[in-house]
Amino acid sequence: MSATKTLDARLIGEASDTSDESTRLAHEPAAERTPAPSVPLIKRIAALFAAGPVKPGESYGAPGQGRSLAISVVTAVALIGLWYIATAAGWVAPLFLPSPVAVVERFWEVLTQGFANATLLEHTGWSMLRVFGAFALAMATAIPIGIFMGVNRVARGLFDPIIEFYRPLPPLAYLPLVIIWLGIGEASKVVLIYMAIFAPMALSARAGVRSVAIEQIHAAYSMGATRWQVVRYIILKSALPEILTGMRIGIGFGWTTLVAAEMVAAQAGLGFMVLNAAEFLVTDVVIMGIIVIGIIAYLFDMLMRFAERKLVPWKGR
Amino acid sequence: MSRLQIHDVSVVYPGLNGGEQVRALSNINFTIEPGEFVVALGASGCGKTTLLSLMAGFISPSKGYLTLGDSTLEGLPRVACGVDLEDQITGPGKDRGVVFQKHALLPWLDVIENTEFGLKLQGVPKRERRERAAAFLKLVGLEDFHHHPVYQLSGGMQQRVGIARALTNDPKMLLLDEPLGALDALTREVLQELLLDVWKETRKMMFFITHSVEEALFMASRLIIMSPRPGRITHEFKLDFNERFLECRDARKVKSMPEFIQMRERVLSIIHGDELSGGMH
Ligand SMILES: Nc1ncnc2c1ncn2[C@@H]1O[C@H](COP(=O)(O)OP(=O)(O)O)[C@@H](O)[C@H]1O
Ligand SMILES: [Mg+2]
Repeated sequence: MSATKTLDARLIGEASDTSDESTRLAHEPAAERTPAPSVPLIKRIAALFAAGPVKPGESYGAPGQGRSLAISVVTAVALIGLWYIATAAGWVAPLFLPSPVAVVERFWEVLTQGFANATLLEHTGWSMLRVFGAFALAMATAIPIGIFMGVNRVARGLFDPIIEFYRPLPPLAYLPLVIIWLGIGEASKVVLIYMAIFAPMALSARAGVRSVAIEQIHAAYSMGATRWQVVRYIILKSALPEILTGMRIGIGFGWTTLVAAEMVAAQAGLGFMVLNAAEFLVTDVVIMGIIVIGIIAYLFDMLMRFAERKLVPWKGR
Repeated sequence: MSRLQIHDVSVVYPGLNGGEQVRALSNINFTIEPGEFVVALGASGCGKTTLLSLMAGFISPSKGYLTLGDSTLEGLPRVACGVDLEDQITGPGKDRGVVFQKHALLPWLDVIENTEFGLKLQGVPKRERRERAAAFLKLVGLEDFHHHPVYQLSGGMQQRVGIARALTNDPKMLLLDEPLGALDALTREVLQELLLDVWKETRKMMFFITHSVEEALFMASRLIIMSPRPGRITHEFKLDFNERFLECRDARKVKSMPEFIQMRERVLSIIHGDELSGGMH
């Protein structure tokens, strides 16, 4: 409400400069939400792009505060529009960049009829099984080990060199070794993804343990806590925000490693589908596969953020 | 009745990054008698927090020892640290509650869960610990805030929870390290009076650290003034402004008494003298 009121002429001027297409799209959701007919349309559109209320009365906040959602939406739409125009006008050959329409058509085709002997759902299912299987394994091992590294110097000395050594290596560098050791079956694929998830998750859990305020530990001891109670009631709890952050970063690494993991001897999977399509220069499947991986990873990230807000509402306070 | 006794205690911190050792405390002899409200005053760096950490058991002395208990140790040889005495303080314990400058509450627990936390650690059944926690929350004026998240409370209210939490454990003494230092002047005065009321109610031993001369004079039954390099107690005063307040319940009146003002000037000149002589470090 106050965003609409505090709007100034300069902002309206800026907003009306934006292209026809973007403004039309941007105003639609607003029209649904606030059907106040008295406010001129142009003002409501401009309000979407205003910084919005940050804190009451704060006119000299940190640089970069305020809303950016409308700008992001416009960017996305503009990029897709540019993509469409570039292909429709024939600036690029479809082999290098097929049109968005072709990609959507291909999406439907692969969804219903399949590509490389599996439908899109099967490809997606296999990839999710691998990534989430590795994620579950990493959760069951990396978090306890990270916590243990935080509270026990022997554990820290033991695991630190291993993790710090392999962490910066690209998964493709140790993929051959994993295949030599574990063969070309599912195990090597899951292990490769697992390794990519393990390091950031363990290190976050460890950092979480180290970030606990010494006063909280002292206070607990002064209330008669045992060492074990301090770990359970103070350290684990205060490490939780960073553990969740580690899970978010970890699953991101998992998706990044997926294509590498499905490079060798996969029968299905999104990474396999993309690689297979690239081999036969079916560019629209390649692009479609990339977009599907991106969307799944993004949705899961949203889910993790939501879980963070629910589980650790005190974070950053 | 237990008393806290400090016998010839010194603390030397190892130098940071291979620097020089710090003699934080040097040959401290001191006793807190049952029911006493002791306030420690001194420039920063004179070892107040170190002294409190010793009492709390967070650190152990490099030399000497501390006891908390019934025994009087008069006439006993001043043994070195490590000799086992029955009452010797060897680590933190629930007989000494601590209130920190930064509240140190647990943000994942609400107000009453924070308050009953110590009892929970000791396995007291939920109904009983709720009851006891509620009683102390009432004492500090937070009976209407049981289920508020602590990170949404104001600084003054957080300190109230901190005090209630320490009291719920029924410790023999309360150790308070600049508990009001981060609060605004008005809240600070309200909590000063609250602490004196708590003290009157429970007559627990208090060890209270502050930077503020006025606060020190107002709160203390006994005031100790410390000076740095090496940290030691240079002056001690027996005071009764706190009792006068508890009688007349008018803080402004007590703080404007001629004796109070006189005392304030005297303490200020002691501290300023210290700062001038120690200012080169
Ligand atoms: N952990 C530590 N390691 C080294 N030096 C310390 C440590 N803690 C405190 N000191 C030093 O000991 C002296 C006393 O510190 P402290 O007890 O915190 O003083 P105060 O609470 O009166 O400000 C200071 O010179 C401080 O720098
Ligand atoms: Mg201090």
